[in-house]
Amino acid sequence: MAVVSTPDRMVRRAQEQLGRPPARARRERVFQRLLLTATAVAVIVLLVLLVDILRDGVLNLRPSLFTSYASRFPERFGFRSGLTGTLSLMALVAAMSFPIGLGAATYLEEFAPNNPFTRLIEANISNLAGVPSVVYGLLGAGVFVYFFSLGRSLLVGAITLSLLILPVIIVASREALRAVPQALREAGLGLGATRLQVVARQIMPQAMPGILTGTILALSRAIGETAPILVVGALFSRRSDNVPWDTNDAFSAMPIQIYNLVSRPQQEFQIDVASAGIIVLMVLLLLMNSIAIVLRNRYARSS
Amino acid sequence: MQPIETEATAHVATADGHAYARGRQPIDNELARQAAARGAAVPTDAGIVFDIDDVTVRYGAFPAIRDVTMQIRERMITALIGPSGCGKTTLLRCLNRMNDLIPSASVEGRIGYHGADLYARGVDPVEVRRRIGMVFQKPNPFPKSIRENVLFGPKVTGMAFDADALVEQSLRAAALWDEVKDKLDSSALGLSGGQQQRLCIARAIAVEPDVILMDEPCSALDPIATGAIENLMRDLSERFTIVIVTHNMQQAARACDMTAFITTEVQQDDAGHDRRSGRLIEFDRTEVIFGDPNDVRTEDYISGRFG
Amino acid sequence: MTTYQGGRAPISLRASSPRIGEKIVLALLWACAAISILTTVGIVVILFTEAATFFGNEGITVTGFLSGTEWRPFGSVEQGRFGVLPLVAGTLLVTTIAMVVAVPLGLASAAYLSEYAPSRIRRFLKPTLEVLAGVPTVVLGYFALTFMTPVLRATVGLAADVSIFNAASAGIVMGIMIVPTIASLSEDAMSAVPGALREGAYGLGSSKRHVVTRVVMPAALSGIVAAVILALGRAIGETMIVAIAAGNLPNLTYNPFDQIQAMTAYIVQAVQGEAPRGSLTYQSIFAVGSLLFVMTLTINLIAARFVRRYREAY
Repeated sequence: MAVVSTPDRMVRRAQEQLGRPPARARRERVFQRLLLTATAVAVIVLLVLLVDILRDGVLNLRPSLFTSYASRFPERFGFRSGLTGTLSLMALVAAMSFPIGLGAATYLEEFAPNNPFTRLIEANISNLAGVPSVVYGLLGAGVFVYFFSLGRSLLVGAITLSLLILPVIIVASREALRAVPQALREAGLGLGATRLQVVARQIMPQAMPGILTGTILALSRAIGETAPILVVGALFSRRSDNVPWDTNDAFSAMPIQIYNLVSRPQQEFQIDVASAGIIVLMVLLLLMNSIAIVLRNRYARSS
Repeated sequence: MQPIETEATAHVATADGHAYARGRQPIDNELARQAAARGAAVPTDAGIVFDIDDVTVRYGAFPAIRDVTMQIRERMITALIGPSGCGKTTLLRCLNRMNDLIPSASVEGRIGYHGADLYARGVDPVEVRRRIGMVFQKPNPFPKSIRENVLFGPKVTGMAFDADALVEQSLRAAALWDEVKDKLDSSALGLSGGQQQRLCIARAIAVEPDVILMDEPCSALDPIATGAIENLMRDLSERFTIVIVTHNMQQAARACDMTAFITTEVQQDDAGHDRRSGRLIEFDRTEVIFGDPNDVRTEDYISGRFG
Repeated sequence: MTTYQGGRAPISLRASSPRIGEKIVLALLWACAAISILTTVGIVVILFTEAATFFGNEGITVTGFLSGTEWRPFGSVEQGRFGVLPLVAGTLLVTTIAMVVAVPLGLASAAYLSEYAPSRIRRFLKPTLEVLAGVPTVVLGYFALTFMTPVLRATVGLAADVSIFNAASAGIVMGIMIVPTIASLSEDAMSAVPGALREGAYGLGSSKRHVVTRVVMPAALSGIVAAVILALGRAIGETMIVAIAAGNLPNLTYNPFDQIQAMTAYIVQAVQGEAPRGSLTYQSIFAVGSLLFVMTLTINLIAARFVRRYREAY
């Protein structure tokens, strides 16, 4: 993706040689600096945000954050139920959304005939990607909590989040499959393999690093979501873990606990404990994204 | 030298009405002599593998190649030559139903394979491709080990086999065994272009097909690798029927028993635009095509006057 | 015409095995793809059936809902007020502020990344924007409430009254959240503009900023518009930033420093309440949800149109 752009010093030299007024060069520089500044704003805000959170929370990090449950006393408040809930959700969502997302992507990319029904499915997936996350929560509540009587359970929370990130996984997996050269498919088919054999034995293994990267990134998005699981009834504080599993259990999650803390009037909760929780959550996300990036780099290097 | 009377050579008058008469001087040049040297060894009464009858292939509405009638005989090497874009590859890919991969492609006419209609209802393309293998223009080994490449076909087609023996047999038949026998588990992508192409041939041989189709297999290779594959073809033709599309006239003259010359004709479509579609001009023994062709257009092509 | 060599029987080209296992696998794959349809059906059914129940109540009409200016959805039809405009106004106020922040910054970032940035700066900036896009919205809500609001109160608050919960804090932070969306999609669109167009402009003596603003950006317009519209959809559907920082008081106002309640924030507040299932309040949640869904769906369909136009161009 080569962008043709004349280096500025060449432009300036040419302008000097052609007798262009220096005012113009100045306007060019001003414009470029303006753009750079605008770009920097977003970066600076991000840095300010990170610094602010660290400043608020780093002194409040303590081991009991991980081992204690919610408490009336800010200094004893722990995120244990939220952490176990988030980890359980992560496992369940991965187990549900990965096969279904990969299956849908494989079907759409390798097998679906080019007919109106297929196009409908594809348009539908694009639209689902734009539906607000809180609406997924309403779907989860109306259909799974009430209609299927599954209650406000961990299972429903996981289903809701899985449906939320399914379009993301499908799009990422399709791109990974599309990136595999057509020559491999022709080679396999030319030998008398069926389409499914070629896809299963050659195409999907080739595309797997890209698929996994996309899935991990989608999962990290799911972990940070608050609204959908709030609507299906995640709790702010439970005095028990979501590990070992009972998918019918009530559940909590890190973002839910953070939200609850931020909504309280007492500064100790609202700022001190909440920011500590945010740091824990962000570290978890950082870990997941790092794994995805390492995967992506290793894949890029080996191809 | 009497040419074999095939149905193709009877089609001497063409759609634009010119008559290309016989009876010009035979050509005497390097190509003709090479073809003649080959000619003596060819059996003339071999059984028919492909009976191509009035076949037209379209992508969308307009034909890419039209009205092809020819017969391809067993264990002979048949070359399809002609300028770029005249439909040779299109025709080749019909023979193993690879054109099924292109949604807009349609085939009219009948292609008989040992008597059975290739495009009949109920014909399974997968079965077709197990018997009719293909080697592509750009070598496309799987990004796996050499051994896995060779064994892929037998595994997926459910053949019973002895892995080591089959790998050795196939690689020997592709004249690759000595070069890779010590590194069968290394990646196929580490081989040179010529070696990769021979690996693709070995891979195709491993499923024990009846026919091997080759789509300009040497066009991405250097002359030495090309020579290796041409020698290989002669040995292979003792077991397999080979149909090869090639741009390389020396290759056709040196290595192939029968040659079909295909080129484009310009016609007007309904909207009055000029459209090109391919046509089989002449099909005969190689030494005839290169030494004493019937059609002036054939002669022009092989003497380099166009194409 | 056809000859058989040596008396060989005609061969069969039919499939040698029924391959039932494969057919099952393909059916399963198809089912996975069909789940997306089920999801949409589920969303539409659940939202609209409950909304239909809501509008089926004596005294509640669609026009009354869409044009009413008071939102106090408690108790019975006579006791409560079910006009959704305050919620819509709240959402739109925050969204407008967000777009005012995000569009200039996003487009400027896209132009800089696509046309000016040297590759080492680019290699640093692009991942940074990706990181920004990955920050959970609850964290952004925290930032808006505990950092942005005090800043606003300390600056603007000297001149005007800035409430603790206000639309501006949420809007500004939401704007920053959306910048990566606009920037990355617009940058894709701008990078896709062929070099030949740029070269032609330079050849005519155009300065770089003119090439960027008068050639590249107009050429990439469909993609840019798509990016902005998609960002708009995201802003409207965003929940946590407004729920935390913008307030929970339905308020029909233009004042960005006032407290408001967005549609999404109402849903979140109401589900935490004690409203029993089947009550009017419960139904109103789905009515607001339906409106939200229709708004974002419309926006996304419009955006998809522009994406198609942009893809077709190159």
